[in-house]
Amino acid sequence: MILGRFLAGGLKSPVILISMLVILGIGVLVPVLNLAVPPSSPFHVADHLVPLYGKYLCYGMAALALDLVWGYCGILSLGHGAFFALGGYAMGMHLMREIGTRGVYGDPILPDFMVFLNWKELPWFWYGFDSFLFACLMVMLVPGLLAFIFGWFAFRSRVTGVYLSIITQAMTYALLLAFFRNDMGFGGNNGLTDFKDVLGYDLQSGQVRSALFFLTAFFLALNLLIAAAITGSKYGKILRAVRDAEARTRFLGYRPENIKLFAWVVSAVMAGIAGALYVPQVGIINPGEFAPANSIEMVVWTAVGGRGTLVGPIGGAVLVNAAKSWFTGVLPEYWLFALGGLFILTTLFLPEGVAGLIRKAFGRRAKAPKGKDEETDQPVADATAGE
Amino acid sequence: MPLLRILALAVTLALGALAAERASADEAQVSAAIQKFATADGFSGVEATIQELGAIGDPLAVRALRALGENELKVTPDGAVVIEGADALLDPVTGETVAEKGPRLERIRIKNSIRSMIDETISALTLRAADPVVRMSAADTIFAAADPEQLEPVQAALAAEQDPDVRRRLEQAVAAIQLASSDDPEIIRASIEVISQRGDQAALGVLLGYRNQATGEMADAADEGIEAIETRLAMWQAGQNIWYGISLGSVLFLAAIGLAITFGVMGVINMAHGEMVMLGAYTTFVVQETIRNSFPWLFDWSLLIALPLAFLVAGFVGLIMERGIIRHLYGRPLETLLATWGVSLILQQAVRTIFGPNNREVGNPSWMSGAFELGEMSITWSRLWIVCFALFVFVALLFAINRSSLGLQMRAVTQNRRMASAMGIRTPWVDALTFALGSGIAGIAGVALSQIDNVSPNLGRGYIIDSFMVVVFGGVGNLWGTLVGGLTLGVANKFLEPYAGAVLGKILILVFIILFIQRRPRGLFALKGRAVE
Repeated sequence: MILGRFLAGGLKSPVILISMLVILGIGVLVPVLNLAVPPSSPFHVADHLVPLYGKYLCYGMAALALDLVWGYCGILSLGHGAFFALGGYAMGMHLMREIGTRGVYGDPILPDFMVFLNWKELPWFWYGFDSFLFACLMVMLVPGLLAFIFGWFAFRSRVTGVYLSIITQAMTYALLLAFFRNDMGFGGNNGLTDFKDVLGYDLQSGQVRSALFFLTAFFLALNLLIAAAITGSKYGKILRAVRDAEARTRFLGYRPENIKLFAWVVSAVMAGIAGALYVPQVGIINPGEFAPANSIEMVVWTAVGGRGTLVGPIGGAVLVNAAKSWFTGVLPEYWLFALGGLFILTTLFLPEGVAGLIRKAFGRRAKAPKGKDEETDQPVADATAGE
Repeated sequence: MPLLRILALAVTLALGALAAERASADEAQVSAAIQKFATADGFSGVEATIQELGAIGDPLAVRALRALGENELKVTPDGAVVIEGADALLDPVTGETVAEKGPRLERIRIKNSIRSMIDETISALTLRAADPVVRMSAADTIFAAADPEQLEPVQAALAAEQDPDVRRRLEQAVAAIQLASSDDPEIIRASIEVISQRGDQAALGVLLGYRNQATGEMADAADEGIEAIETRLAMWQAGQNIWYGISLGSVLFLAAIGLAITFGVMGVINMAHGEMVMLGAYTTFVVQETIRNSFPWLFDWSLLIALPLAFLVAGFVGLIMERGIIRHLYGRPLETLLATWGVSLILQQAVRTIFGPNNREVGNPSWMSGAFELGEMSITWSRLWIVCFALFVFVALLFAINRSSLGLQMRAVTQNRRMASAMGIRTPWVDALTFALGSGIAGIAGVALSQIDNVSPNLGRGYIIDSFMVVVFGGVGNLWGTLVGGLTLGVANKFLEPYAGAVLGKILILVFIILFIQRRPRGLFALKGRAVE
């Protein structure tokens, strides 16, 4: 009941409601256009495009997660790729166990790479992943737990601003190095791949792909609702207060570290779910997902879409990745120029992103955050020195 | 004293003359013995011939024996033994060309046991070589083999040896042989003593080999010797680790110091810092290419020419960045971080487009290549020079910041921007010049790093996170902090590596820094007082 009322709070804004309907509509439309419309029709969506669009939606979810902490809490995380990848690995481990005896070596218990490394038994942290429900739990629990521990220490010690950004980057870099090691038991350099099916359904079949796409859209809409409910609640107001003037909020009697920690953990769990939906659709998860560059790219999706708007970052992620697909197909050499230019132009000229532009065009009063990250009325040196 | 030296010289000359005379007398004998390879019957025949060459004891046979070991000693169809060179057949004794390369050469077959026999014979023969370095390595080969049959030639060589270093090596070789063959406890004890004084890996191997078959008192003596060597080796190993650590630390310091300046003064996180390092490395490449093509004689000076150029190139790019982008983002450090990341992508891709995605070759000048031994440590010249260079950069920067007027203004702006501005300092220009300075320093770091790392468009990526760690660990806006931070992380990394492996060691360091920032969010050498607020 309380949960229902809480979520209904997220629907107060018509923009959120419309966006959710649009996302769910796409979630139904694309599979229909893929399965029901004959390939000869101009409206047919080709088979290979379904997982590609699904990938965009996963990225959108990651950008939404990032917006929750960056846009509403002022934490610029350069390590959200780590949560995304951890969720992906948890799902990948389940898919790996489902391969069973169909692997190259045909071992009923050990995945191929373990047989290859001459391992005799399953490491303890792989126990339980043969159960889908357990894997789903881990998809949320592992990133959530890492975020909780990391945030607990970081926020308590009042690590803020660029320092926090740098240690989040160090975190994902450390995980990158760790997952590259064969001894870790996660497939090393090659990661987890060659998945066969999920819950007994063939991953290559059109129906399963469409189902996955719909699920992704559904979870994206759900996460959007949750994020809207959180930011629209009283807690959301305090969250923004912490973003705009952390010291002042503390003096008013709130505990900024706990307030930040909640949003941080929720955001990490969302990123984990995004990663878990991403893996069955692209068919591979490897340590490259932990690369700091990936996490920073997520930030640019959020920035382009417009941070602090929830809907904007989802659009930003889809937009940037569609551009990336187009560039890598047509002008592969210029993609990095375009991406780099996007970083610069967005920060210089579009601090509120595309969402800000649209708002202006519709003449609505912009509610996006001010450009500054710390107490806004302070000079440069103070902004960097923190509180 | 001069008299003594003249005397020594005379003796050496006389010995040399004697050796030369004997050589010419033996040449025919050696040559005849080598010819027996042609008719040698199977492996045992070859072994007998090698033994005969060893018995003659003339270094002239070494050339033929080497060729035999490398499967280049051949028998021509008319039964002559020759060495098959790259494009001609050579005389096995003199090495002069005797014939054109012809077909149907028959190889003299050898096996592994013969190969080791060849090595031992060669070392026994080279014990009399003119070059002390050759004699020394011959003694070392015998030391490792410890073959009792070589005791006599080694003792003979020891009696004739003048050079104290070679004498010591020969004594050790004698000791190793005696340890392996003697039954007399006194001799064995003395041998263990001599060997353990040698104290290197080879000595440890010999003693461990002896320990396995020794019993009673002798075993205890061997244990003592082993322990002494192991302690010594452990100390040298620690020394080597410290050296590696200092070397890595100075690289980290070089990569990070420019970042520390910009971050400290302007609070700007320059994500394109690594690309400034890369630009410096590519400047070195361009300078070397130009020199290779037009002024080859200048090659040894290429790095010194590249240094100022790299400073200017990277500094200029930095200046453009500051004026064009960063200036508009002051007070928004997180946005600056993103914009500079965008610049880094563009610079990387630009370099990739211009120079190609592959590694470019940057050469070492002659004074930077090679290595030298210090006890049990091996030190490469390039690393040594980089450490020196890092110290030089540190001192120069310290001087610039503490003594120059720009340095004074920089410190003023770091401490209190508004007050500095009120005192008439043009803070925007200080910012621009600081950024250019930081970028320029990154550029000259790139010159140094081009000597030890691959020059590729990804060069900067590899350093950026490490540089951040150093800056954050050492404390912002403090040169000493960066120095201590870089060296500490370097040494810690190298000490963790043997226990945890390179990757795990690095992960541990990262985790340590993440935890460290929780304890001291402003780093090791934090700014104190009003500057913090």
